[in-house]
Amino acid sequence: MTLYDERTIQMLEAKANLLRRHVIKMTYAAQSGHPGGSLSYADIITALFFKVMRFRPQEPLWEDRDKFVLSKGHAAPVYYAALAEAGYFPVEDLLSLRKLGSYLQGHPCRMKTPGVEISTGSLGQGLSVANGMGLAAKLDRRSSRIYCLLGDGELQEGQNWEAAMLASHYKLDNVTAFVDRNKMQIDGPTEQVMSLEPLVDKWKAFGWNVIEINGHDMRQILDACEKAAGVMGRPTIIIAHTIKGKGVSFMEGAVAFHGKAPNADEYRIALRELGEKI
Amino acid sequence: MKWVYTSQRKEYANALLDIGQKRTDVVVLDADLSSSTRTSEFAKKFPERFFNVGIAEQNLMGTAAGLAVSGKTVFASTFAVFATGRCWDQIRQSIAYPNSNVKIVATHAGITVGGDGASHQALEDIALMRALPNMYVIVPADGAEAYKAVKAVAEHVGPCYVRLGRSDVPMVTTVDSPFEIGRATIIREGTDVSLVSCGQMVAVCLDAAESLQVKGISAEVVNMSTVKPLDVETLLRSVRKTGCVVTAEEHSIRSGLGSAVACVLAQQYPAPMKMVGTPDCFGESGESAELMCRYGLTAEEVSSSAEEVIRRKRT
Ligand SMILES: Cc1ncc(C[n+]2csc(CCOP(=O)(O)OP(=O)(O)O)c2C)c(N)n1
Repeated sequence: MTLYDERTIQMLEAKANLLRRHVIKMTYAAQSGHPGGSLSYADIITALFFKVMRFRPQEPLWEDRDKFVLSKGHAAPVYYAALAEAGYFPVEDLLSLRKLGSYLQGHPCRMKTPGVEISTGSLGQGLSVANGMGLAAKLDRRSSRIYCLLGDGELQEGQNWEAAMLASHYKLDNVTAFVDRNKMQIDGPTEQVMSLEPLVDKWKAFGWNVIEINGHDMRQILDACEKAAGVMGRPTIIIAHTIKGKGVSFMEGAVAFHGKAPNADEYRIALRELGEKI
Repeated sequence: MKWVYTSQRKEYANALLDIGQKRTDVVVLDADLSSSTRTSEFAKKFPERFFNVGIAEQNLMGTAAGLAVSGKTVFASTFAVFATGRCWDQIRQSIAYPNSNVKIVATHAGITVGGDGASHQALEDIALMRALPNMYVIVPADGAEAYKAVKAVAEHVGPCYVRLGRSDVPMVTTVDSPFEIGRATIIREGTDVSLVSCGQMVAVCLDAAESLQVKGISAEVVNMSTVKPLDVETLLRSVRKTGCVVTAEEHSIRSGLGSAVACVLAQQYPAPMKMVGTPDCFGESGESAELMCRYGLTAEEVSSSAEEVIRRKRT
Protein backbone atom coordinates (compact mmCIF):
# COMPACT_ATOMS: atom_id res chain seq x y z
CA MET A 1 0.00 0.00 0.00
CA THR A 2 1.55 3.28 -1.07
CA LEU A 3 -0.08 6.64 -0.57
CA TYR A 4 1.38 8.35 -3.59
CA ASP A 5 1.65 8.10 -7.33
CA GLU A 6 4.23 9.38 -9.78
CA ARG A 7 2.42 12.70 -10.25
CA THR A 8 2.43 13.32 -6.50
CA ILE A 9 6.17 12.70 -6.35
CA GLN A 10 6.77 15.13 -9.19
CA MET A 11 4.54 17.74 -7.55
CA LEU A 12 6.42 17.35 -4.25
CA GLU A 13 9.83 17.54 -5.88
CA ALA A 14 8.83 20.73 -7.65
CA LYS A 15 7.49 22.12 -4.41
CA ALA A 16 10.71 21.33 -2.54
CA ASN A 17 12.61 23.13 -5.24
CA LEU A 18 10.31 26.12 -4.89
CA LEU A 19 10.89 26.21 -1.14
CA ARG A 20 14.64 26.11 -1.74
CA ARG A 21 14.36 29.14 -4.02
CA HIS A 22 12.41 30.95 -1.32
CA VAL A 23 15.20 30.20 1.16
CA ILE A 24 17.76 31.77 -1.13
CA LYS A 25 15.59 34.84 -1.74
CA MET A 26 14.72 35.27 1.92
CA THR A 27 18.24 35.00 3.28
CA TYR A 28 19.52 37.20 0.47
CA ALA A 29 16.93 39.88 1.27
CA ALA A 30 17.73 39.64 4.99
CA GLN A 31 21.48 39.40 4.39
CA SER A 32 21.53 37.00 7.31
CA GLY A 33 19.87 33.78 8.36
CA HIS A 34 20.62 30.09 7.92
CA PRO A 35 20.47 28.71 4.39
CA GLY A 36 22.52 25.52 4.89
CA GLY A 37 20.38 23.84 7.52
CA SER A 38 17.22 24.97 5.72
CA LEU A 39 18.12 23.47 2.36
CA SER A 40 19.06 20.23 4.04
CA TYR A 41 15.53 19.36 5.20
CA ALA A 42 13.59 21.07 2.38
CA ASP A 43 12.46 17.71 1.04
CA ILE A 44 11.33 16.46 4.43
CA ILE A 45 9.29 19.54 5.27
CA THR A 46 7.77 19.47 1.79
CA ALA A 47 6.62 15.88 2.26
CA LEU A 48 5.16 16.76 5.65
CA PHE A 49 3.34 19.95 4.69
CA PHE A 50 2.17 18.97 1.23
CA LYS A 51 1.36 15.31 1.66
CA VAL A 52 1.66 13.74 5.08
CA MET A 53 0.23 16.18 7.62
CA ARG A 54 -3.40 17.18 8.11
CA PHE A 55 -4.03 20.82 9.00
CA ARG A 56 -6.21 23.76 8.02
CA PRO A 57 -4.39 27.00 7.24
CA GLN A 58 -7.69 28.89 7.43
CA GLU A 59 -8.29 27.42 10.86
CA PRO A 60 -4.77 27.23 12.33
CA LEU A 61 -6.00 26.11 15.73
CA TRP A 62 -8.14 23.22 14.40
CA GLU A 63 -7.90 20.81 17.30
CA ASP A 64 -7.36 17.63 15.36
CA ARG A 65 -4.50 18.98 13.29
CA ASP A 66 -1.13 17.27 13.02
CA LYS A 67 1.65 19.39 14.43
CA PHE A 68 5.19 20.19 13.38
CA VAL A 69 7.92 21.25 15.78
CA LEU A 70 11.08 22.72 14.30
CA SER A 71 13.47 21.91 17.10
CA LYS A 72 16.47 23.29 15.21
CA GLY A 73 14.85 26.71 15.08
CA HIS A 74 17.67 28.43 13.19
CA ALA A 75 16.48 26.61 10.06
CA ALA A 76 13.35 28.78 10.05
CA PRO A 77 13.50 30.08 6.46
CA VAL A 78 12.33 26.88 4.79
CA TYR A 79 9.72 26.39 7.52
CA TYR A 80 8.29 29.83 6.81
CA ALA A 81 8.38 29.12 3.09
CA ALA A 82 6.39 25.92 3.67
CA LEU A 83 3.86 27.72 5.88
CA ALA A 84 3.40 30.45 3.28
CA GLU A 85 3.05 28.02 0.37
CA ALA A 86 0.62 25.98 2.45
CA GLY A 87 -1.54 29.07 2.84
CA TYR A 88 -0.89 30.33 6.35
CA PHE A 89 0.23 33.78 5.15
CA PRO A 90 1.10 35.60 1.92
CA VAL A 91 4.16 34.35 0.05
CA GLU A 92 5.23 37.98 -0.58
CA ASP A 93 5.78 38.45 3.15
CA LEU A 94 8.59 35.90 3.11
CA LEU A 95 10.99 38.65 2.08
CA SER A 96 10.39 40.47 5.36
CA LEU A 97 12.37 37.76 7.17
CA ARG A 98 14.37 39.19 10.09
CA LYS A 99 13.32 42.80 9.36
CA LEU A 100 12.23 45.06 12.20
CA GLY A 101 8.50 44.64 12.80
CA SER A 102 8.16 41.50 10.66
CA TYR A 103 6.20 38.53 11.96
CA LEU A 104 8.94 36.34 10.50
CA GLN A 105 11.53 36.41 13.25
CA GLY A 106 15.07 35.05 12.93
CA HIS A 107 13.87 32.02 14.90
CA PRO A 108 10.28 30.71 15.01
CA CYS A 109 7.99 32.66 17.31
CA ARG A 110 4.66 31.18 18.29
CA MET A 111 3.29 34.57 19.34
CA LYS A 112 3.98 36.17 15.96
CA THR A 113 3.74 33.66 13.13
CA PRO A 114 0.55 31.87 12.09
CA GLY A 115 1.13 28.13 11.98
CA VAL A 116 4.11 28.09 14.32
CA GLU A 117 3.20 25.77 17.17
CA ILE A 118 6.06 26.58 19.53
CA SER A 119 8.89 29.11 19.70
CA THR A 120 12.31 27.55 19.19
CA GLY A 121 15.90 28.67 18.61
CA SER A 122 17.62 27.45 21.73
CA LEU A 123 18.60 23.99 20.56
CA GLY A 124 17.60 20.73 22.17
CA GLN A 125 14.16 21.62 23.47
CA GLY A 126 11.78 20.71 20.66
CA LEU A 127 11.47 16.98 21.24
CA SER A 128 10.26 17.50 24.82
CA VAL A 129 7.63 19.92 23.55
CA ALA A 130 6.59 17.47 20.83
CA ASN A 131 6.23 14.80 23.51
CA GLY A 132 4.00 17.11 25.51
CA MET A 133 1.83 17.57 22.44
CA GLY A 134 1.77 13.81 21.94
CA LEU A 135 0.72 13.22 25.55
CA ALA A 136 -2.04 15.83 25.22
CA ALA A 137 -3.35 14.20 22.05
CA LYS A 138 -3.51 10.87 23.87
CA LEU A 139 -5.28 12.41 26.87
CA ASP A 140 -7.82 14.03 24.56
CA ARG A 141 -8.15 10.88 22.45
CA ARG A 142 -7.29 12.75 19.29
CA SER A 143 -5.66 11.14 16.29
CA SER A 144 -3.23 14.07 15.80
CA ARG A 145 0.30 13.11 14.93
CA ILE A 146 3.28 15.14 16.03
CA TYR A 147 6.34 15.58 13.81
CA CYS A 148 9.59 16.97 15.13
CA LEU A 149 12.67 17.97 13.17
CA LEU A 150 15.99 17.65 14.99
CA GLY A 151 19.45 18.72 13.93
CA ASP A 152 22.18 16.16 14.33
CA GLY A 153 24.51 18.56 16.14
CA GLU A 154 21.51 19.45 18.22
CA LEU A 155 21.42 15.89 19.57
CA GLN A 156 24.45 16.78 21.67
CA GLU A 157 22.06 18.60 24.00
CA GLY A 158 21.25 16.20 26.84
CA GLN A 159 17.59 17.19 26.94
CA ASN A 160 17.04 15.21 23.73
CA TRP A 161 17.93 12.02 25.53
CA GLU A 162 15.71 12.87 28.47
CA ALA A 163 12.94 13.34 25.91
CA ALA A 164 13.93 10.14 24.12
CA MET A 165 13.45 8.25 27.35
CA LEU A 166 10.08 9.86 28.03
CA ALA A 167 8.63 9.21 24.59
CA SER A 168 9.27 5.48 24.76
CA HIS A 169 8.29 5.30 28.44
CA TYR A 170 4.89 6.77 27.62
CA LYS A 171 4.64 4.79 24.36
CA LEU A 172 4.18 7.90 22.27
CA ASP A 173 3.50 6.23 18.94
CA ASN A 174 1.96 9.52 17.76
CA VAL A 175 5.37 11.19 17.87
CA THR A 176 7.65 10.91 14.85
CA ALA A 177 10.98 12.68 14.90
CA PHE A 178 13.42 13.25 12.06
CA VAL A 179 17.14 13.71 12.50
CA ASP A 180 18.49 15.91 9.74
CA ARG A 181 21.71 13.89 9.56
CA ASN A 182 23.78 16.25 7.46
CA LYS A 183 26.85 15.50 9.60
CA MET A 184 27.63 19.21 10.02
CA GLN A 185 27.32 21.72 12.82
CA ILE A 186 28.91 25.17 13.27
CA ASP A 187 32.45 24.33 14.33
CA GLY A 188 32.76 21.56 11.73
CA PRO A 189 31.67 17.95 11.10
CA THR A 190 29.68 16.43 13.98
CA GLU A 191 32.01 13.47 14.27
CA GLN A 192 34.94 15.82 14.83
CA VAL A 193 33.23 18.27 17.20
CA MET A 194 31.39 15.71 19.35
CA SER A 195 30.73 12.36 17.80
CA LEU A 196 27.19 11.01 17.68
CA GLU A 197 27.80 7.56 16.27
CA PRO A 198 26.58 4.90 16.63
CA LEU A 199 23.40 6.95 16.31
CA VAL A 200 21.00 4.21 15.27
CA ASP A 201 22.05 2.08 18.24
CA LYS A 202 21.53 4.98 20.61
CA TRP A 203 17.92 5.48 19.56
CA LYS A 204 17.29 1.77 19.56
CA ALA A 205 18.65 1.56 23.10
CA PHE A 206 16.20 4.27 24.10
CA GLY A 207 13.31 2.17 22.83
CA TRP A 208 12.53 3.92 19.57
CA ASN A 209 11.53 2.43 16.26
CA VAL A 210 14.41 3.52 14.01
CA ILE A 211 14.21 4.03 10.25
CA GLU A 212 17.14 5.20 8.14
CA ILE A 213 16.49 6.94 4.83
CA ASN A 214 17.98 9.20 2.22
CA GLY A 215 16.42 12.49 3.30
CA HIS A 216 16.39 13.83 -0.24
CA ASP A 217 14.39 10.95 -1.70
CA MET A 218 10.71 11.84 -1.63
CA ARG A 219 9.54 8.23 -1.87
CA GLN A 220 11.70 7.18 1.05
CA ILE A 221 10.43 10.07 3.16
CA LEU A 222 6.81 9.19 2.44
CA ASP A 223 7.36 5.48 3.02
CA ALA A 224 9.05 6.18 6.34
CA CYS A 225 6.18 8.39 7.50
CA GLU A 226 3.71 5.70 6.53
CA LYS A 227 5.66 3.04 8.41
CA ALA A 228 5.91 5.30 11.47
CA ALA A 229 2.14 5.79 11.48
CA GLY A 230 1.70 2.02 11.51
CA VAL A 231 3.89 1.34 14.54
CA MET A 232 1.98 0.90 17.78
CA GLY A 233 3.31 1.59 21.27
CA ARG A 234 6.62 3.14 20.25
CA PRO A 235 7.81 6.50 18.92
CA THR A 236 9.65 6.50 15.60
CA ILE A 237 12.86 8.27 14.73
CA ILE A 238 13.67 8.72 11.07
CA ILE A 239 17.36 9.25 10.62
CA ALA A 240 17.46 11.11 7.34
CA HIS A 241 20.83 11.20 5.64
CA THR A 242 21.05 14.63 4.07
CA ILE A 243 23.48 17.14 2.67
CA LYS A 244 23.68 20.52 4.34
CA GLY A 245 23.02 23.19 1.69
CA LYS A 246 21.50 20.59 -0.67
CA GLY A 247 20.64 21.95 -4.11
CA VAL A 248 23.16 24.76 -4.31
CA SER A 249 26.60 23.50 -5.33
CA PHE A 250 28.72 25.88 -3.30
CA MET A 251 26.55 25.51 -0.19
CA GLU A 252 26.57 21.73 -0.19
CA GLY A 253 28.55 20.46 2.77
CA ALA A 254 29.96 23.95 3.38
CA VAL A 255 30.14 24.94 7.04
CA ALA A 256 30.46 28.56 5.88
CA PHE A 257 26.83 28.68 4.79
CA HIS A 258 25.47 27.54 8.12
CA GLY A 259 24.59 31.08 9.11
CA LYS A 260 25.61 33.25 6.19
CA ALA A 261 23.48 34.77 3.44
CA PRO A 262 24.53 34.59 -0.22
CA ASN A 263 26.02 37.72 -1.79
CA ALA A 264 24.73 39.09 -5.10
CA ASP A 265 26.78 36.72 -7.30
CA GLU A 266 26.06 33.71 -5.14
CA TYR A 267 22.39 34.64 -5.14
CA ARG A 268 22.20 34.56 -8.94
CA ILE A 269 24.14 31.32 -9.23
CA ALA A 270 22.07 29.66 -6.51
CA LEU A 271 18.77 30.59 -8.14
CA ARG A 272 20.01 29.47 -11.53
CA GLU A 273 21.06 26.11 -10.12
CA LEU A 274 17.62 25.77 -8.57
CA GLY A 275 16.08 26.28 -11.98
CA GLU A 276 14.79 29.83 -11.64
CA LYS A 277 14.70 31.78 -14.88
CA ILE A 278 16.35 35.18 -14.29
CA MET B 1 30.13 61.92 18.62
CA LYS B 2 32.19 60.34 15.89
CA TRP B 3 33.26 57.06 17.35
CA VAL B 4 35.93 54.61 16.38
CA TYR B 5 34.54 51.08 16.68
CA THR B 6 36.30 48.08 18.22
CA SER B 7 35.49 44.39 18.45
CA GLN B 8 35.19 42.96 21.94
CA ARG B 9 35.35 39.43 20.59
CA LYS B 10 38.63 40.09 18.84
CA GLU B 11 40.09 41.50 22.03
CA TYR B 12 38.85 38.46 23.92
CA ALA B 13 40.75 36.25 21.48
CA ASN B 14 43.87 38.40 21.83
CA ALA B 15 43.74 38.31 25.61
CA LEU B 16 43.27 34.54 25.64
CA LEU B 17 46.28 34.08 23.37
CA ASP B 18 48.42 36.22 25.68
CA ILE B 19 47.25 34.45 28.81
CA GLY B 20 47.58 31.03 27.21
CA GLN B 21 51.17 31.82 26.26
CA LYS B 22 52.14 32.74 29.81
CA ARG B 23 50.08 30.27 31.79
CA THR B 24 49.85 26.58 31.07
CA ASP B 25 47.10 26.14 33.68
CA VAL B 26 44.67 28.02 31.44
CA VAL B 27 42.21 25.87 29.48
CA VAL B 28 39.38 26.99 27.22
CA LEU B 29 36.03 25.33 26.58
CA ASP B 30 33.37 26.12 24.01
CA ALA B 31 30.06 24.65 22.87
CA ASP B 32 30.14 24.60 19.06
CA LEU B 33 30.40 28.38 18.78
CA SER B 34 34.17 28.79 18.87
CA SER B 35 34.16 30.47 15.48
CA SER B 36 31.69 33.06 16.79
CA THR B 37 33.06 33.57 20.30
CA ARG B 38 36.59 33.52 18.77
CA THR B 39 37.92 30.95 21.18
CA SER B 40 38.89 29.26 17.90
CA GLU B 41 42.05 31.40 17.96
CA PHE B 42 43.11 29.84 21.24
CA ALA B 43 42.12 26.42 19.90
CA LYS B 44 44.44 26.84 16.92
CA LYS B 45 47.37 27.93 19.04
CA PHE B 46 46.87 25.57 21.99
CA PRO B 47 44.83 22.64 20.69
CA GLU B 48 45.73 20.41 23.62
CA ARG B 49 44.23 22.93 26.06
CA PHE B 50 41.00 23.53 24.14
CA PHE B 51 37.90 21.38 24.48
CA ASN B 52 34.81 21.66 22.32
CA VAL B 53 31.97 19.98 24.20
CA GLY B 54 29.55 20.20 21.31
CA ILE B 55 26.12 21.81 21.61
CA ALA B 56 25.78 21.09 25.31
CA GLU B 57 25.93 24.09 27.64
CA GLN B 58 25.09 22.22 30.81
CA ASN B 59 27.90 19.82 30.08
CA LEU B 60 30.12 22.82 29.27
CA MET B 61 29.71 24.26 32.76
CA GLY B 62 29.98 20.95 34.56
CA THR B 63 33.17 20.02 32.71
CA ALA B 64 34.57 23.49 33.37
CA ALA B 65 33.89 23.03 37.08
CA GLY B 66 35.68 19.68 37.13
CA LEU B 67 38.74 21.12 35.44
CA ALA B 68 38.68 24.12 37.78
CA VAL B 69 38.57 22.16 41.01
CA SER B 70 41.47 20.12 39.62
CA GLY B 71 43.65 23.20 39.49
CA LYS B 72 42.96 24.63 36.05
CA THR B 73 41.93 28.19 35.30
CA VAL B 74 39.01 27.64 32.98
CA PHE B 75 37.46 29.90 30.37
CA ALA B 76 34.06 28.72 29.13
CA SER B 77 32.42 30.50 26.23
CA THR B 78 29.22 30.48 24.24
CA PHE B 79 26.47 33.01 23.50
CA ALA B 80 25.26 34.91 26.57
CA VAL B 81 21.72 33.60 26.32
CA PHE B 82 22.87 29.98 26.47
CA ALA B 83 25.83 30.62 28.81
CA THR B 84 23.55 31.80 31.58
CA GLY B 85 20.01 30.57 31.05
CA ARG B 86 20.49 27.07 29.73
CA CYS B 87 22.88 26.02 32.44
CA TRP B 88 22.04 28.25 35.37
CA ASP B 89 21.71 25.41 37.83
CA GLN B 90 25.01 23.86 36.71
CA ILE B 91 26.62 27.27 37.25
CA ARG B 92 24.91 27.66 40.61
CA GLN B 93 25.69 24.19 41.96
CA SER B 94 29.03 23.32 40.38
CA ILE B 95 30.64 26.72 39.87
CA ALA B 96 29.28 29.41 42.19
CA TYR B 97 28.57 27.31 45.29
CA PRO B 98 31.92 25.45 45.32
CA ASN B 99 33.66 28.68 44.23
CA SER B 100 35.15 26.99 41.17
CA ASN B 101 37.68 29.01 39.25
CA VAL B 102 35.63 29.28 36.05
CA LYS B 103 35.47 32.37 33.86
CA ILE B 104 32.32 32.42 31.82
CA VAL B 105 33.04 34.76 28.93
CA ALA B 106 29.84 35.12 26.97
CA THR B 107 29.49 36.88 23.64
CA HIS B 108 26.42 38.04 21.66
CA ALA B 109 24.80 39.60 24.71
CA GLY B 110 21.99 42.11 24.49
CA ILE B 111 19.59 43.37 21.88
CA THR B 112 22.34 44.13 19.33
CA VAL B 113 22.48 40.44 18.45
CA GLY B 114 20.07 41.72 15.80
CA GLY B 115 18.42 39.46 13.25
CA ASP B 116 18.44 36.26 15.31
CA GLY B 117 15.70 37.81 17.44
CA ALA B 118 14.40 37.29 20.95
CA SER B 119 15.47 33.67 21.37
CA HIS B 120 19.08 34.80 21.09
CA GLN B 121 18.95 38.23 22.75
CA ALA B 122 20.17 37.92 26.33
CA LEU B 123 18.46 40.71 28.27
CA GLU B 124 18.39 38.87 31.59
CA ASP B 125 21.90 37.45 31.81
CA ILE B 126 23.26 40.12 34.17
CA ALA B 127 20.29 39.46 36.44
CA LEU B 128 20.87 35.70 36.40
CA MET B 129 24.57 35.98 37.17
CA ARG B 130 24.24 38.84 39.65
CA ALA B 131 21.92 36.73 41.77
CA LEU B 132 24.60 34.12 42.44
CA PRO B 133 26.86 34.36 45.51
CA ASN B 134 30.61 34.30 44.72
CA MET B 135 29.98 35.30 41.10
CA TYR B 136 31.58 38.48 39.77
CA VAL B 137 29.89 40.22 36.84
CA ILE B 138 31.86 42.34 34.44
CA VAL B 139 30.47 44.23 31.46
CA PRO B 140 33.33 45.88 29.56
CA ALA B 141 32.57 49.12 27.78
CA ASP B 142 34.63 48.46 24.65
CA GLY B 143 37.34 46.34 23.07
CA ALA B 144 40.23 47.69 25.11
CA GLU B 145 38.33 47.12 28.30
CA ALA B 146 37.29 43.63 27.21
CA TYR B 147 40.96 42.78 26.80
CA LYS B 148 41.80 44.08 30.29
CA ALA B 149 38.77 42.43 31.87
CA VAL B 150 39.73 39.03 30.48
CA LYS B 151 43.27 39.42 31.77
CA ALA B 152 41.98 40.55 35.15
CA VAL B 153 39.54 37.67 35.62
CA ALA B 154 42.33 35.23 34.80
CA GLU B 155 44.21 36.61 37.82
CA HIS B 156 41.21 36.59 40.12
CA VAL B 157 40.51 33.27 41.84
CA GLY B 158 36.79 32.50 41.73
CA PRO B 159 33.87 32.48 39.33
CA CYS B 160 33.42 35.42 36.98
CA TYR B 161 30.96 36.31 34.25
CA VAL B 162 32.23 38.59 31.49
CA ARG B 163 29.59 39.91 29.11
CA LEU B 164 30.61 40.81 25.56
CA GLY B 165 28.65 41.94 22.52
CA ARG B 166 28.43 40.67 18.98
CA SER B 167 28.65 43.98 17.14
CA ASP B 168 31.61 46.31 17.17
CA VAL B 169 31.28 48.96 19.85
CA PRO B 170 32.49 52.57 20.20
CA MET B 171 35.91 52.97 21.75
CA VAL B 172 35.45 54.96 24.95
CA THR B 173 38.63 53.97 26.77
CA THR B 174 42.24 53.68 25.66
CA VAL B 175 44.83 50.98 26.12
CA ASP B 176 46.22 53.06 28.98
CA SER B 177 42.93 53.61 30.84
CA PRO B 178 42.98 51.98 34.26
CA PHE B 179 40.94 48.85 34.79
CA GLU B 180 40.46 47.01 38.02
CA ILE B 181 37.74 44.52 38.95
CA GLY B 182 35.32 46.26 41.29
CA ARG B 183 36.46 49.77 40.38
CA ALA B 184 34.24 52.15 38.45
CA THR B 185 35.88 54.92 36.46
CA ILE B 186 34.66 58.45 36.00
CA ILE B 187 34.95 58.92 32.25
CA ARG B 188 33.65 62.46 32.28
CA GLU B 189 33.26 64.69 35.29
CA GLY B 190 30.10 66.67 35.97
CA THR B 191 28.04 68.16 38.75
CA ASP B 192 24.32 68.03 37.87
CA VAL B 193 23.55 64.36 37.25
CA SER B 194 25.37 61.02 37.35
CA LEU B 195 25.01 58.80 34.29
CA VAL B 196 25.98 55.33 35.44
CA SER B 197 26.30 52.68 32.77
CA CYS B 198 28.13 49.65 31.48
CA GLY B 199 28.92 48.03 28.15
CA GLN B 200 28.28 49.99 25.02
CA MET B 201 25.78 52.20 26.87
CA VAL B 202 28.79 54.09 28.24
CA ALA B 203 29.26 55.57 24.76
CA VAL B 204 25.57 56.39 24.61
CA CYS B 205 25.90 58.21 27.94
CA LEU B 206 28.89 60.17 26.69
CA ASP B 207 26.79 61.24 23.71
CA ALA B 208 24.00 62.23 26.07
CA ALA B 209 26.42 64.19 28.26
CA GLU B 210 27.55 66.07 25.20
CA SER B 211 24.02 67.11 24.25
CA LEU B 212 23.15 67.94 27.86
CA GLN B 213 26.12 70.26 27.99
CA VAL B 214 24.62 72.26 25.14
CA LYS B 215 21.62 72.80 27.40
CA GLY B 216 23.87 73.93 30.24
CA ILE B 217 23.65 70.66 32.15
CA SER B 218 26.83 69.13 33.49
CA ALA B 219 26.62 65.33 33.48
CA GLU B 220 29.09 62.97 35.11
CA VAL B 221 29.59 59.71 33.25
CA VAL B 222 30.49 56.70 35.38
CA ASN B 223 31.70 53.55 33.66
CA MET B 224 30.47 50.84 36.03
CA SER B 225 32.16 48.01 34.19
CA THR B 226 32.01 45.76 37.22
CA VAL B 227 28.34 45.26 38.01
CA LYS B 228 29.26 42.92 40.85
CA PRO B 229 30.89 43.63 43.24
CA LEU B 230 29.54 47.13 42.69
CA ASP B 231 31.87 50.04 43.38
CA VAL B 232 29.65 51.55 46.05
CA GLU B 233 32.23 54.13 47.06
CA THR B 234 32.55 55.69 43.62
CA LEU B 235 28.80 55.51 43.08
CA LEU B 236 27.98 57.27 46.34
CA ARG B 237 30.68 59.89 45.86
CA SER B 238 29.25 60.75 42.46
CA VAL B 239 25.61 60.82 43.53
CA ARG B 240 26.37 62.81 46.67
CA LYS B 241 27.90 65.41 44.39
CA THR B 242 25.23 65.46 41.67
CA GLY B 243 22.15 64.54 43.71
CA CYS B 244 20.51 62.37 41.05
CA VAL B 245 21.26 59.46 38.77
CA VAL B 246 20.35 57.79 35.50
CA THR B 247 21.49 54.24 34.87
CA ALA B 248 21.80 52.85 31.35
CA GLU B 249 22.32 49.28 30.24
CA GLU B 250 21.68 47.05 27.23
CA HIS B 251 19.67 44.71 29.44
CA SER B 252 16.28 44.54 31.08
CA ILE B 253 15.79 47.20 33.73
CA ARG B 254 14.59 44.38 35.90
CA SER B 255 17.51 43.18 37.99
CA GLY B 256 20.39 44.53 35.95
CA LEU B 257 22.85 47.35 36.66
CA GLY B 258 20.01 49.78 37.40
CA SER B 259 18.62 47.49 40.06
CA ALA B 260 22.06 47.04 41.60
CA VAL B 261 22.50 50.81 41.79
CA ALA B 262 18.96 51.31 43.12
CA CYS B 263 19.59 48.71 45.79
CA VAL B 264 22.55 50.70 47.09
CA LEU B 265 20.97 54.13 46.79
CA ALA B 266 17.63 53.15 48.31
CA GLN B 267 19.41 51.89 51.40
CA GLN B 268 22.23 54.38 51.72
CA TYR B 269 21.49 57.59 49.88
CA PRO B 270 18.05 57.85 48.28
CA ALA B 271 18.18 60.14 45.26
CA PRO B 272 15.96 60.76 42.21
CA MET B 273 16.72 58.01 39.73
CA LYS B 274 15.69 56.71 36.34
CA MET B 275 16.71 53.49 34.64
CA VAL B 276 17.31 53.25 30.93
CA GLY B 277 17.22 49.70 29.63
CA THR B 278 14.83 47.35 27.93
CA PRO B 279 11.38 47.14 29.54
CA ASP B 280 9.72 43.94 30.70
CA CYS B 281 9.50 42.36 27.26
CA PHE B 282 11.42 40.14 24.87
CA GLY B 283 13.39 41.58 21.99
CA GLU B 284 12.82 40.97 18.28
CA SER B 285 14.63 40.70 14.96
CA GLY B 286 16.05 43.81 13.33
CA GLU B 287 19.29 45.66 12.66
CA SER B 288 21.32 46.42 15.79
CA ALA B 289 21.00 50.20 15.46
CA GLU B 290 17.27 50.02 14.74
CA LEU B 291 16.77 47.87 17.82
CA MET B 292 18.75 50.24 20.04
CA CYS B 293 16.30 52.97 18.97
CA ARG B 294 13.22 50.79 19.20
CA TYR B 295 14.05 49.80 22.78
CA GLY B 296 15.02 53.29 23.93
CA LEU B 297 18.74 52.62 24.30
CA THR B 298 19.61 56.04 22.93
CA ALA B 299 21.34 59.25 23.95
CA GLU B 300 17.96 61.04 23.66
CA GLU B 301 16.42 58.67 26.19
CA VAL B 302 19.34 59.13 28.57
CA SER B 303 19.24 62.94 28.19
CA SER B 304 15.51 63.25 28.76
CA SER B 305 15.80 60.92 31.75
CA ALA B 306 18.61 63.11 33.09
CA GLU B 307 16.49 66.23 32.73
CA GLU B 308 13.65 64.49 34.52
CA VAL B 309 15.71 63.39 37.53
CA ILE B 310 17.25 66.85 37.77
CA ARG B 311 13.72 68.33 37.95
CA ARG B 312 12.86 65.85 40.69
CA LYS B 313 15.77 66.85 42.90
CA ARG B 314 14.58 68.40 46.15
CA THR B 315 16.16 71.74 46.71
C1 LIG C 1 21.20 25.89 23.11
C2 LIG C 1 21.87 26.40 21.89
N1 LIG C 1 23.22 26.40 21.83
C3 LIG C 1 23.84 26.90 20.75
C4 LIG C 1 23.14 27.42 19.71
C5 LIG C 1 23.84 28.03 18.53
N2 LIG C 1 23.70 27.21 17.33
C6 LIG C 1 22.77 27.50 16.39
S1 LIG C 1 22.76 26.41 15.15
C7 LIG C 1 24.01 25.51 15.83
C8 LIG C 1 24.51 24.28 15.14
C9 LIG C 1 23.40 23.35 14.88
O1 LIG C 1 23.84 22.18 14.26
P1 LIG C 1 22.78 21.11 13.76
O2 LIG C 1 21.82 20.80 14.85
O3 LIG C 1 23.53 19.99 13.19
O4 LIG C 1 21.94 21.91 12.67
P2 LIG C 1 22.26 22.03 11.09
O5 LIG C 1 23.70 21.75 10.91
O6 LIG C 1 21.41 21.04 10.43
O7 LIG C 1 21.87 23.43 10.73
C10 LIG C 1 24.43 26.09 17.04
C11 LIG C 1 25.50 25.60 17.89
C12 LIG C 1 21.73 27.41 19.82
N3 LIG C 1 20.96 27.92 18.85
N4 LIG C 1 21.13 26.89 20.90
